[in-house]
Amino acid sequence: MKKDIIIDLRNISVSFDDQPILKSINLYIRDREFITFLGPSGCGKTTTLRIIAGFLKPDSGEVIFDDKNINDVPPHKRPVNTIFQRYALFPHLNVYENIAFGLQLRKIPKNEIRETVSEMLALVNLKGFEHRNINSLSGGQQQRVAIARALAVKPRVLLLDEPLGALDLKLRKDMQVELKNIQQRMGITFIYVTHDQEEALSMSDTIVVMDNGVIQQIGTPTDIYNEPKNAFVADFIGESNILDGIMRKDFLVEFAGIKFKCVDSGFGENTPVDVVIRPEDVDVVPFEEGMLCGEVTSVTFKGVHYEIIVDIKGFKWMIQSTDYQKVGDKIGISIKPDEIHIMKKSEYSGMFGDYSSYSDEFDELSDVDADMTEEEGDDE
Amino acid sequence: MNKTKSSSMITNLPYIVWSIIFIIAPLIMVAYYAFTDRDANFTLSNIKLLWSGHYPEIFGISILFAVIATAVCFIISYPLALVMVKSSNKVQRNVMLLVMVPMWMNFLIRTYSWRNILSDNGIINTFLESIGIGKLELTGTAGAVIFGMVYNFLPYMILPIYSVMSKLDVKYVEAAEDLGATKIQVLLRVIFPLSLPGVISGITMVFVPSVSTFYISQKLGEGKFMLIGDSIELQFQQANNYNLGASLSLVLMVLIIISMLIMNKFSDDEGAVII
Repeated sequence: MKKDIIIDLRNISVSFDDQPILKSINLYIRDREFITFLGPSGCGKTTTLRIIAGFLKPDSGEVIFDDKNINDVPPHKRPVNTIFQRYALFPHLNVYENIAFGLQLRKIPKNEIRETVSEMLALVNLKGFEHRNINSLSGGQQQRVAIARALAVKPRVLLLDEPLGALDLKLRKDMQVELKNIQQRMGITFIYVTHDQEEALSMSDTIVVMDNGVIQQIGTPTDIYNEPKNAFVADFIGESNILDGIMRKDFLVEFAGIKFKCVDSGFGENTPVDVVIRPEDVDVVPFEEGMLCGEVTSVTFKGVHYEIIVDIKGFKWMIQSTDYQKVGDKIGISIKPDEIHIMKKSEYSGMFGDYSSYSDEFDELSDVDADMTEEEGDDE
Repeated sequence: MNKTKSSSMITNLPYIVWSIIFIIAPLIMVAYYAFTDRDANFTLSNIKLLWSGHYPEIFGISILFAVIATAVCFIISYPLALVMVKSSNKVQRNVMLLVMVPMWMNFLIRTYSWRNILSDNGIINTFLESIGIGKLELTGTAGAVIFGMVYNFLPYMILPIYSVMSKLDVKYVEAAEDLGATKIQVLLRVIFPLSLPGVISGITMVFVPSVSTFYISQKLGEGKFMLIGDSIELQFQQANNYNLGASLSLVLMVLIIISMLIMNKFSDDEGAVII
């Protein structure tokens, strides 16, 4: 076992009312890393976090902290602290008392508490807010107090449960940078839960992609993006064209009726595979020069690029290009060998990666968490 | 603008009429009688009378009994509410039913039944005698009067505390545990302060009827304890001295208002709504 491992989850299973939530999760977390549990709602990411915090006991499996089994250690004795989704600041205490709460429980002398609290307030840029009432703070300020309160007790590991979910986009971006800075300055482990793939990619050292109570892939942000393990990961992280293919032999894959050179090997000959091509990796070329040719069916301006949907032999590809194409244009596309990523077939094969029913609106409607931000107003 | 004003007048009218008939007018009547004599001349003698004779003692005992009854109610209700909110919905519903069912019966009948149960020939004493302990004097004691108050007013303590506690978000408890609080510390530092509005409301709702009750002390106390409520009743029903009765009521009202103001000091904002 490697020395810098702080938390090790072994064969963790949990179910509620016979509904399995986590199915034998195995995962280790290194000391001082920024690790993100990423997945759609109900994938088990928050449950995993609650198991680490101690609010939930796994039905089976072991939680190891510093080489010791902590299954039976209650939450108040664990060296981990949580930033809750809705902050859970104590409404009967002011900012100072909230941050001092954990310190007072530890019977720390008053002047030391005062020092730590002002240190923490400085860390989260809330100097002078000591005597403010919790309910008079904005969502962003409450978020900062929650961070200060959790960090004041000097945890080894900070657990963050969708901490930015209730903030607006601009504030969320700022807080992402700030959280990353705080993590590096404090030098502690952050375990972050989110359904926002962009957030995960930009902040994390390691990403754990989860779905259906199963870990789909663990890796660095670049690994996860460039080498997704299955169609679920490829689709959840960024946009992907995922095609049915057959690995004819090493470095040669056939899809869309044509054989392509690629850089993957070791799948065996004539093995069915999933082929992933990222929309930004597809080059648009004149019709005659295309490896594949098709007709543009929709174009959306996205600011940095156009999102072009092309019908090629009945499969709708998404292409991101800075050059404008008209709907109805016949264009060709060209793909370089290292832009083709091959994945083994999985239970997710065929479920994702075709843009025939694609529309932005539909995407937002199906995102259950999209209306999280609107709940913010109901705090009283 | 005018239209909304007149329409709000119309919707408020029943409330205003109600208040005048059932609140304002009686209050004026009480004050009028308290400050006049039998010949309708202004006088302070009714009020002054309360500082002499056995009246200070009556006030003292009334307040003492009410405080004890309120304290007992709190001691029973708070742990009960704590246990209830942690139980399954089914248990919560059933316990709630048990608390509520006695309230469906008339207050006088309930108290009268207890007098029978506790009396010398009641089931308790019959049972005690049959097992050889012998009869105990249960009615006519301070304990019986306080028991009667607790029994009758307990639901008014349980309900507000339970209602506040059942709305208390479990995330506060988790946050406190997360920061290192033991179960006891969570209770003292988080659950109790957050449930204070319910406690204040419960204390008010038990203390006020307890301090002004008359029937309980007459039936369960066998008339051995004269409480404020009893002396008010005496003045109105038997002595026919409306003026003294009104001044007693007025002083009792002032006492209640003062105690509620003190209670509201403890809960900064939410508790104040209860008055």
